[in-house]
Amino acid sequence: MALKTYRDAVREALREEMARDPNVIILGEEVGVWGGTYAVTRGLHEEFGAKRVIDTPIAEAAIVGAAVGAAMGGLRPVAELMTVNFSLVAMDQIVNSAAKIRYMFGGQAKVPLVIRTPAGWGQLAATHSQFFEAWFAHVPGLTVVMPATPYDAKGLLKSAIRSENPVMFIEHFRLYGVKGEVPDGEYTLPIGVSEVKRAGKDVTIVTYSRMLHTSLAAAETLSKDGIECEVVDLRTLRPLDMRAVYESVKKTHRALIVEEDWTTLGMGAEIAARIGRDRFDDLDAPVERLGQVEVPMPYAKNLEEMMFPDEKLVIDRVKTMLA
Amino acid sequence: MPIDVIMPSLGFDMKEGTLSRWLVKEGERVEKGQAIAEIETEKATVEIEAAVSGAITRIAVEAGRTVPVGTVIGTIGAAGEKAPEKKAPPPASPDSGAPAEAPPAEAPPAASAAPPAPEAPSEKPPAAPPAAEPAPAGERVKASPVARKKAEESGIDLSGVKGSGPGGRILERDVEAAIAAEGTAAPAAPPAADSAAPAVQAGETVALNRIRQATARRMVESKTTAPHFYVTVEIDMDEATRMREQLNRIAPADGKVSVNDFVVAAAARALARYPSLNASWRDGSVEIHPRVNIGIAVALEDGLITPVLRDADGKTLKAIAAESKALAERARSGKLRPEDVGFGTFTVSNLGMFDVDEFTAIINPPEAAILAVGAVVRRPVAAGDGVRVAAVMKATLSVDHRVADGAQAGRFLQELRKLLENPVNLLTG
Repeated sequence: MALKTYRDAVREALREEMARDPNVIILGEEVGVWGGTYAVTRGLHEEFGAKRVIDTPIAEAAIVGAAVGAAMGGLRPVAELMTVNFSLVAMDQIVNSAAKIRYMFGGQAKVPLVIRTPAGWGQLAATHSQFFEAWFAHVPGLTVVMPATPYDAKGLLKSAIRSENPVMFIEHFRLYGVKGEVPDGEYTLPIGVSEVKRAGKDVTIVTYSRMLHTSLAAAETLSKDGIECEVVDLRTLRPLDMRAVYESVKKTHRALIVEEDWTTLGMGAEIAARIGRDRFDDLDAPVERLGQVEVPMPYAKNLEEMMFPDEKLVIDRVKTMLA
Repeated sequence: MPIDVIMPSLGFDMKEGTLSRWLVKEGERVEKGQAIAEIETEKATVEIEAAVSGAITRIAVEAGRTVPVGTVIGTIGAAGEKAPEKKAPPPASPDSGAPAEAPPAEAPPAASAAPPAPEAPSEKPPAAPPAAEPAPAGERVKASPVARKKAEESGIDLSGVKGSGPGGRILERDVEAAIAAEGTAAPAAPPAADSAAPAVQAGETVALNRIRQATARRMVESKTTAPHFYVTVEIDMDEATRMREQLNRIAPADGKVSVNDFVVAAAARALARYPSLNASWRDGSVEIHPRVNIGIAVALEDGLITPVLRDADGKTLKAIAAESKALAERARSGKLRPEDVGFGTFTVSNLGMFDVDEFTAIINPPEAAILAVGAVVRRPVAAGDGVRVAAVMKATLSVDHRVADGAQAGRFLQELRKLLENPVNLLTG
């Protein structure tokens, strides 16, 4: 299998789906001639032309609004929002239009739309360094996908594009350069299926997106101390597939949720509640959570780096849970 | 803290019960799980067990009286407590008021009138204080959910277990240690029970081991609450017998497949197809289980235990054979792991090895059905207009009629027979 970056895997999915289905179009700021702010759409404008890879004005509400209309009209738009922070401007289109139209029209209209957008950070300051996945996962009618590996990104994006319903496909700035094995050619992955990325027996770490890599690194280090963590990658946040988590908790009796978003009322809260309800009898310790420090993101690099769970924090927490 | 013993309900229609006799006297010490009284209902006579260890501080209902379900018939208090008198030396404990505890008065455990100075921590721990899960107030035993579950499954009294977790919380490992300790150092617990035993007045009694107690309790529960009906079929085992011989010719010594493995594999697949029997009656509704976990009844020297083969519907015959063998071995050597028991959704009981032709089994609650299998015997059967000798086996399904009806049982057995008569289907997962 070829080693490819996350960025290339996403591009490959887009290219394959555009070649496969002439109704797939891309629209967003700088996605065409420039090839995308993060170079994800590079080359697609040349290959598929300006009618299918459309540069838009800086107007997120218009991008999503137009994409919703195009989707209702029979196209399969993939709208790119330069960062998830800009989705705030398009929230009405996402939450009130995209998510609800199929329901409100009794199924007569559907919205096969993908909104691709990166979350993350990197000295971009408070308003450009946020994670809103919990906001979107809160809304019935939206599917929220947040893959952590190039392999998952390609397979899940292809499924997202083929989905008949709106999908928030949230990438991560800092994952674009991550390399992983991606088989050549066609494959898709089912949306709404979690996966055990590392087997273990002592503590279950539930995570997604970039924190998967932090968790795996911590698990590797802990393994040298004889502590085996099972790492479950959610991949999709809505629908939320808890089966792998439950199976794992049944084995380990302990769960730690590692997320990059703020913890209060976040994904971890939902996951912890479900484990508490459905796997109460299997627990040997309270469900624990690790997430971003709950303040707006500082600009300074050293402060920024202190904001997130890192390998050491995960290791410490796991050890505390086993004490 | 005193725990009330109440007249239990042993069925939907039970409104009252007769206290036929007390097995203990007022003031006598009892261990958790010990039978303390006999209750007579229209259906059966059952024993009431002590929910906690302690002493019978009060007998509220005399033998021979009939009282409504829920009536307090007695009270179990702290071990040292004397029956009718007040506590001898009111310990200078920092209790909030706690006036004379008036033993005969109704003291609902929730209110916890006066928990006698909690523990006396310097005492040896086996003098288990009666503090236990059922009592919500006062000294609640701090234990993790999985520790509680494990303790309940293995009959460990948490109040005697020392917790190693934060704030003294009892963790899974503490219960496992307690289970291990109980297994090795048998004399640890019995003394108290022994000293109580002679007090039982009846003539000859055999002390019941834990498995026997559990079997007795659960079978009574099953027979008194689940309305059983039985359906029997005869299955042509020619093909399965042939296949088994073939498989075992090439299999290594420890990889042999038994007739029971065929039955388990077929039952699991039939259940996956007809899940209405892979179910439980729970609080007035039917719970269909998402997984097929087959309990395999294993006879031990001194009892019966049913280790569970998980997700049997997706396993090959070979895998089922290997796992069943390992489970049965662990069961016989007393080394079952906690994950080997519990969570069964259906049981297969086989008396074929004793040349039993057919029998009916009692459902293992909270499961909804059990399959009782007899020996494979060769006998003449009609074949076309003639007669041939075939290997046949009788299988009887006991079903909880609250959960399923005859037609569902029939369909399941039809599928079971189909699978066993075409056993090639069992070779794949």
